[in-house]
Amino acid sequence: MFWDKEMETLGGRALEDLQVKRLRQTIRQAENVPFFKDLLKEKSVSAEDINKIQDVSRLPFTTKKDLQKGYPFGFMAVPKKEIVRIHTTSGTTGKPTVVGYTRNDLDNWSELIARNLTMVGLTDEDTFQNAVNYGLFTGGLGFHYGAEKVGMTVIPSGTGNTKRQIEMIDDFGVTAVHCTPSYAMHLAEVAEEMGTTLDTFKTGLFGAEPWSDNTRRTLEQKLGVTAFDSYGMSEMYGPGAAFECPERNGLHFWHDSFLIEIIDPETEEILGPGECGELVVTPLVKEAMPLIRYRTGDITCILDDECPCGRGPRIARITGRSDDMLVIRGINVFPSQIEHVLRTLPEVGDQFMVYVDRINHLDEMAIDIEIKKEFFSGELKDLERIQKKIIHALRDTLNLRTKVNLVEHESLPRFEGKAKRVVDRRGDVI
Amino acid sequence: METDDYIIKQISVFSENKPGRLAAIAKALQDEKINIFAFSIAEAKGFGVVRLLVDKPEPALKKLADIGFMVSFTDVIAVRMKDEPGGLFDIAKILGESEINIEYSYAYSGKEAAVLILRVDRIKEAIEKMTGRGADLLKAEMFL
Repeated sequence: MFWDKEMETLGGRALEDLQVKRLRQTIRQAENVPFFKDLLKEKSVSAEDINKIQDVSRLPFTTKKDLQKGYPFGFMAVPKKEIVRIHTTSGTTGKPTVVGYTRNDLDNWSELIARNLTMVGLTDEDTFQNAVNYGLFTGGLGFHYGAEKVGMTVIPSGTGNTKRQIEMIDDFGVTAVHCTPSYAMHLAEVAEEMGTTLDTFKTGLFGAEPWSDNTRRTLEQKLGVTAFDSYGMSEMYGPGAAFECPERNGLHFWHDSFLIEIIDPETEEILGPGECGELVVTPLVKEAMPLIRYRTGDITCILDDECPCGRGPRIARITGRSDDMLVIRGINVFPSQIEHVLRTLPEVGDQFMVYVDRINHLDEMAIDIEIKKEFFSGELKDLERIQKKIIHALRDTLNLRTKVNLVEHESLPRFEGKAKRVVDRRGDVI
Repeated sequence: METDDYIIKQISVFSENKPGRLAAIAKALQDEKINIFAFSIAEAKGFGVVRLLVDKPEPALKKLADIGFMVSFTDVIAVRMKDEPGGLFDIAKILGESEINIEYSYAYSGKEAAVLILRVDRIKEAIEKMTGRGADLLKAEMFL
């Protein structure tokens, strides 16, 4: 099923003409941002130099670090009064990345979500439980408005209170759920404990963290759903930039809205279809926050063989990162952020170690910390106060509950070369 | 009366809650021929504080710090109790009536008497009240 058949199946010359036109417009829009204006001037390239889609290679790359330097509104290409919503996402150090949306941006985003939902067979007959965080995380409001656009009955359940979530699924006759794959696993377990088989369920939309085909089979069997992978990031509105169709053999990118490339993350050389590298995205219709050749850090490849559904080229499911970013319970965390938080706390000593584990299908982050000797008063309650202070500081910055272990002096490894302070013990996939 | 005479230096040692840590502390003190009169362990999530009353506090603190433990002195008082029913009540009621809070406490039963070690919120006032009401406080010099 199609939401916007013309756009979804646009290909060949017609697609390329549209992409060239929109890329030029995006460059002009980006020139409202001093960072891009200077960068384009430095590279002596402007909208007029784009005549065919391959000309995108003349444009410079943008990284998350660049975005961070613009905190808070340095990357907005429109006056603030035209921005109707702000989301933020984790930055590589300290400050978050701010993403702004105009009214048109929000409309375009909901359109893409509506395409995704319709593509996997959902209609206004469906009841949809959106079990993701509704705050600054884009997955909540993004899917919410897209599902309303389709006309689905939307339950903005958010996360947590799993037993209530399961009661709602049964009582409201929920047919489709959107959540992280790890939360889906948790839902399945609690449903089993409660003795319900979630009979109304048929569709599961899972994203925000990498998950394997093994997990897909387990979730489909336990929840009785057909599971679809969702891809996106706040810099491309949020989720929904690419999505699996019923073939479930890669995720269709919406090529009228995003120009995608795959590069070798080391050499920045552009790679051909089927070659794995870092995904680079240029959004084509963004107003508030246009981006040029944004390096996502996600590793994938382009699958350009024809898909029976009739839509354009897909990307393979994300297999990893080109940087050290961790995805913990769907939240992106950079080790540098953790370090930044800890360094601001005078009680924390120079050494710490971060461990990421998966316990009962949920990600848990634990940090071992040596506190500075001068902060040891001899009182247990003072140590507990320090422990709480560290936990709160991490939660405030990372939006993540962490376990903090105070450990004895000189018990943590000392590094001579490059410190390896983060140990991900989850294996590659859920 | 000099209240300072009754302020005893307890050694507080930070320790992870895992096997072998108390043994490591005890071994270090044995090596220095330091006798432990009393000790207790207070635990929180994953870590704790080992509290020790020893015969030679300064050398004990130095030794533990030298082998890497995070240590500090904490002021406590020690009072002899009658080792019979009502012994603890005699002491506790003095503090209770004086509105002095006991933050923590532990006890040992020695050859002559039972001894209660107390960490209180207002140590000097506690010493005055207790000596004033005839409690038998141990002097700090006993622990040097």
